[in-house]
Amino acid sequence: MYKRTLAWIDQRFPLTSFVKHSVADYPTPRNLSYWWNFGSLAGIALVLQIVTGIFLAMHYKADVGMAFDSIQHIMRDVNYGWLLRFIHSTGASAFFAVIYIHMARTLYYGSYRAPRELMWWTGQGLLLLLMATAFMGYLLPWGQMSYWGAAVITNLFRATPFVGDYVVIWLRGDFQVGDATLTRFYALHYLFPFIIVGAVMVHLVALHTVKSSNPSGINLAAKDNIPFHPYFTIKDLFGLGVYLIVFSVFVFFLPDTLIESANNIPANPLQTPAHIVPEWYFLPFYAILRSVPDLAGGVVAMGLSVLIFAAMPFLDRSKIPGGSRYRPAYRMMFFLFIINIFVLGYVGAKPVTQGTALLGQFASIVYFSVFLLLPWISTREEKYLRERGLPPELETLIKDEEAKKSERRQNNRRH
Amino acid sequence: MSKTDSVDNPQRRNFLGAITTVVGAGGAAAASWPFIHSMNPSSDVLANGTTEVDLTHIPPGGTHTVSWQGKPVFIVHRTPEEISKVQATLSLKDPEPDEKRVKNSQWLVVVGICTHLGCVPNRSPEGWLCACHGSRYDDSGRIVSGPAPKNLEVPPYKFVSDDKILIG
Repeated sequence: MYKRTLAWIDQRFPLTSFVKHSVADYPTPRNLSYWWNFGSLAGIALVLQIVTGIFLAMHYKADVGMAFDSIQHIMRDVNYGWLLRFIHSTGASAFFAVIYIHMARTLYYGSYRAPRELMWWTGQGLLLLLMATAFMGYLLPWGQMSYWGAAVITNLFRATPFVGDYVVIWLRGDFQVGDATLTRFYALHYLFPFIIVGAVMVHLVALHTVKSSNPSGINLAAKDNIPFHPYFTIKDLFGLGVYLIVFSVFVFFLPDTLIESANNIPANPLQTPAHIVPEWYFLPFYAILRSVPDLAGGVVAMGLSVLIFAAMPFLDRSKIPGGSRYRPAYRMMFFLFIINIFVLGYVGAKPVTQGTALLGQFASIVYFSVFLLLPWISTREEKYLRERGLPPELETLIKDEEAKKSERRQNNRRH
Repeated sequence: MSKTDSVDNPQRRNFLGAITTVVGAGGAAAASWPFIHSMNPSSDVLANGTTEVDLTHIPPGGTHTVSWQGKPVFIVHRTPEEISKVQATLSLKDPEPDEKRVKNSQWLVVVGICTHLGCVPNRSPEGWLCACHGSRYDDSGRIVSGPAPKNLEVPPYKFVSDDKILIG
């Protein structure tokens, strides 16, 4: 019966061959470490957010008069409402944590380099969509932090040349963040995750074209690949188990650590809280915004701090394959960047004083310097390493790669 | 991988695979319960589950409609003629003696939702007529004719005092 049904479907839809090609027999590098688990974890985090979000939407009311109370209704009256909400609020943080680790892995192992530039850029688009979705979702509880966060972020668009004030009013649909803003944020907060799902499909199609990178940073020969199933289905499931244990600790024992206490006060448009901070996942960017003593300058710096990742394939000019493994200077820059991110996060979480402002400006300069010095450092590093003598296998790889490139160039010229 | 690979102990492997699937499926089923249950009435809805009605305002022959759990409940102060008429009627589609449908034969309390497809029937001289598909009910809320399969439901209620009832 099962076989006959499957055969019936296969005549009309490539089900078996799709599963075989894209999951079961999908060739995967044998040397993937646990750092390669975070892509699938991000997918699961997305699904969990969508499912809990849909069930929360059945009880939430997007109206300034009812929004805050409807959250209390979910927490107190709805069966397991507290669980749905805590999975959703913790899930947002977990999603960012997973994505940031996923990005850090990509940077450390140089996975953004050819031929995976489109993976990196679709990933960049996904990051922006995720940030927008998280920001809009944060307004919905209609607490003090929700309100003032949305007020500040929509105000950033005042930096738009010439029409800034109109853009802000257009975004809000009101002269202040109000009912119109809440309703449209709700509509878009429901829509964006599905756009993210679409973008994830593009990300995955690109992945299945270029295949996974691996810790060596070298594209492996076919004999070094193993089928995805069962080797990586098991590895991903094990990683998922570990992830869910950590996640559950937060959901069941520490759900409030990631919710600002000021957000338990209903929004008051006449009173800003004494100390306003964004969610932790925005802190480094927020610190960069505050470090520039100029509205437009700060907004541009903050925007660039997110968008500059897209330039990585151009900024990294080294021909030495792989990320940090064979490249000591790159490795040092990576760790400097990570430490600096934490410094920026610390600055973003603290109230503005002379000391934190200075530290923030210093860290912001370091942040951009790491990117802007990369072309120079990566070429110097390559020259130095090749003069000292690379392992012969690496030299062969570089020469092969260059030969392929010039061949492609000649082909292009002929056409 | 391929079927030619030798496995030390295939029964053991099959057992581990099966047990993993069972535990995983059990976990998924357990995890789905909070989601399913969240769609059941929440505690504030359940708290609205009872309605108290003062009967002194309803004159003999009069009908009063109250909302219980968001549903209409008809309370009829029946006249002696109406009572004797419904007590005499027995052979119906959903046979049920009138005595079993009331606690005090003067007072009929029924949920005003047609048992056919859920419209609210309108009061008519001989009982109720459902405008949607023409089901007729008598003064005991019993189906007389039309597509409805059952008599109007009698909600759980009790007399708190002689002229006050608590529905729910």
